[in-house]
Amino acid sequence: MAGASAFHLGGDHAHRFESRAATRETPLVKWLILGLSLTFFVIFLLMPLIAVFVEAFRKGWETYITALVEPDALSAIRLTLLAAVISVPLNLVFGVCAAWAIAKFEFRGKQFLITLIDLPFSVSPVIAGLVFVLLFGAQGWFGSWLSDKDIRIIFAVPGIVLATVFVTFPFIARELIPLMQAQGREEEEAAVVLGARGLQTFWYVTLPNIKWGLMYGVILCNARAMGEFGAVSVVSGHIRGQTNTLPLHVEILYNEYQFAAAFAAASVLAVLALVTLVIKTWVENRAAQSHKDANRDDAS
Amino acid sequence: MAAAKTFRVLPGFNITLGFTLAYLSLIVLIPLSAVFLKTTELGLDQFWNVVSAPRVVATYKLSFGLSLLAAAINTVFGLMLAWALVRYSFPGKRLVDALVDLPFALPTAVAGIALTALYAKNGWIGQYLDPLGIQVAFKPLGILVALVFIGLPFVVRTVQPILEDLDTELEEAATSLGARRWQIFRHVILPILLPALLTGFALAFARAVGEYGSVIFIAGNIPMVSEITPLMIITKLEQYDYAGATAIATVMLMLSFTLLLVINGLQAWTSKRTGRDR
Repeated sequence: MAGASAFHLGGDHAHRFESRAATRETPLVKWLILGLSLTFFVIFLLMPLIAVFVEAFRKGWETYITALVEPDALSAIRLTLLAAVISVPLNLVFGVCAAWAIAKFEFRGKQFLITLIDLPFSVSPVIAGLVFVLLFGAQGWFGSWLSDKDIRIIFAVPGIVLATVFVTFPFIARELIPLMQAQGREEEEAAVVLGARGLQTFWYVTLPNIKWGLMYGVILCNARAMGEFGAVSVVSGHIRGQTNTLPLHVEILYNEYQFAAAFAAASVLAVLALVTLVIKTWVENRAAQSHKDANRDDAS
Repeated sequence: MAAAKTFRVLPGFNITLGFTLAYLSLIVLIPLSAVFLKTTELGLDQFWNVVSAPRVVATYKLSFGLSLLAAAINTVFGLMLAWALVRYSFPGKRLVDALVDLPFALPTAVAGIALTALYAKNGWIGQYLDPLGIQVAFKPLGILVALVFIGLPFVVRTVQPILEDLDTELEEAATSLGARRWQIFRHVILPILLPALLTGFALAFARAVGEYGSVIFIAGNIPMVSEITPLMIITKLEQYDYAGATAIATVMLMLSFTLLLVINGLQAWTSKRTGRDR
């Protein structure tokens, strides 16, 4: 389901279409399409984003800063970072392994495996949380064993990490698989024939080719890991200062009618989203640039 | 040399595939199978009683109906937005293009409270709708707004690359043969875009059905009126009714798997139609 988020080498195509009479609309139609689509954009995307910051600063800077440096907020930020720091590298290693096996080798059931990797995208976040409650909760499969050993997973940090790993599972693999499939295996085979070892081949031949796709996957994976709400909400138990991530902290403040504080915490996440979009756009431009360079090298 | 047939130049097949399968099983397959196994603890009668209770059925109607509607709205406006981004130059275009992905990047809880603030009675948008008798926040209409928000990038990002790849020759040929602009759109461009549009629709729908974070803040969550199915699972869990929560989850998972197959089929159709990967 990441199909929609897989990056493409864009570039501006408008000139190609605007310079030809056959691919132009009449001005009326053009302005109608532009007007409708941009109004839609402003109402549904731009205004919610601006609203976050306006609401956050409604009561002034001081309230804003106070809301962010109180211990519960800081502990929520720490836990959010922890969940991302664990889940992104895990899913990165998995993504590279899965893409290597799928793109460089032929085996039966490959298409089915790709579908299975996509699964977490199509599962509701609430169900992603539920599965871990069923496994590790008090009444779960391993519940009594865990409580004998005094290990807490649900309503504790491990559960939050597990749920985050689950929902961000496909992000990096889904970027790398089509990319590495498109690149084929000739370059790696040449390296191996010339005597390179497996990891050398990956490090010096494969990695430079996939670095932009890899980065793209990592950014999106990280954004989701830090922003996940539904799955984490089910397994967290909402214990302040212990099992609250930043999105859950937002919810608690909001439900207590501390709107300014809730939006202050939300604005941190919104900044994170904006940073994600900036890096993503930058990566796309760099990838398009190196793609162009490669084509020019091929041509000369 | 009997082994020659399976000889591979590149190393690492066994270890990478082995790790992939182990990690996939551990993180995804075994946990998900827990849902189905837990459901079997209920008898068929009990299962049916849980999933067909009037309050639960009301959530299906709401979740599925509004998700379909939101996906349809996104298909129309997503196509327009993609068209504007590919074919027209306008100031701020790069900003618009980048911000289309906002719903992917913005945590759902943040989107939820922001939309609620906008559409509440005294909000920026709500204050103009309220005198007209239109209430959005804490009504089913609010759920629709949230679902439109989170689904928009799916349509734009599936349609955009296909539009970019369109050859101008196609439309020039049609024009020289005497076709009007609308006819060209209807009979030349739309058939090419159709698989991508349907894929975007299905992706937006699938995402909307399972969505939780952005919806619960704006929904009001009144039983029989504005409760979505994922919330029903949470409600059952909070009442320690694990079997009931699992039964509803099973229904949702079946739908998700069906959608996943449909989407895979649609994506295969798209690449067959347009010669693109995915």
